[in-house]
Amino acid sequence: MKDKSKMNEMSVPRQRRTDDGLGPNSDIGAKLRAFYGAVQDQPIPDKFLDLLEKLDQVEQAAKRKGN
Amino acid sequence: MQESPSFKRELLATLPSLRAFAVSLSGRHDRADDLVQDTMMKAWAKQDSYQMGTNIKAWLFTILRNEFYSQMRKRGREVQDTDGAFTERMSVHPSQYGVLDMADFKKALDTLPPDQREAIVLIGASGFSYEEAAEICKCAVGTMKSRVSRARTRLQDILKISGEADFGPDAVSSQVTTHSLT
Repeated sequence: MKDKSKMNEMSVPRQRRTDDGLGPNSDIGAKLRAFYGAVQDQPIPDKFLDLLEKLDQVEQAAKRKGN
Repeated sequence: MQESPSFKRELLATLPSLRAFAVSLSGRHDRADDLVQDTMMKAWAKQDSYQMGTNIKAWLFTILRNEFYSQMRKRGREVQDTDGAFTERMSVHPSQYGVLDMADFKKALDTLPPDQREAIVLIGASGFSYEEAAEICKCAVGTMKSRVSRARTRLQDILKISGEADFGPDAVSSQVTTHSLT
């Protein structure tokens, strides 16, 4: 277990790291996730959805022309 | 080509997190949204180089990060100002932490050097493993670990958090105790 270098490289990505001080009991970790979550939970702005639609349409049109 | 609809869906699903990362990096909402938009266009243009089924989130974060640093270089080292709009938005968001608390935290985060800031965000909030984060930032896993650790220590110093709760029951309970004795 003390073979840290190997253990860390091999660990499952989702597994909570215990040595980074950012886990559920960490104040900094909680604040960081609150900050990040506050942005993440905002609805996706329409301009992004519009852009995605436009990109898709341009591509579809290009494909039709190509065929 | 059946790839497009699913690529679009995956891109869409990653947008909220990508946006949160952009705000963390740039410190400003307006610039963050430009960054996300540029990233979407770049990603769309090179979607052929993305392999379906692999980690699209890491792929997109890498593009956004590259975009951020290349824009920073173009712009020169201009002073980052804090984002008033951000604090405003925060005030309408219900959170277990107070609005002031959140604004203080953001200010503290903004004082970190960019490499430490991205490290602690990728590991502590975006949910990447050290290996993935190191790949995104093109550094060694050990470097990533030390950046996260330095970032955490620095944030604790700035926010005067000892790691444990900084307001114990002692003050209140001692008062109550004294009270009950008189």
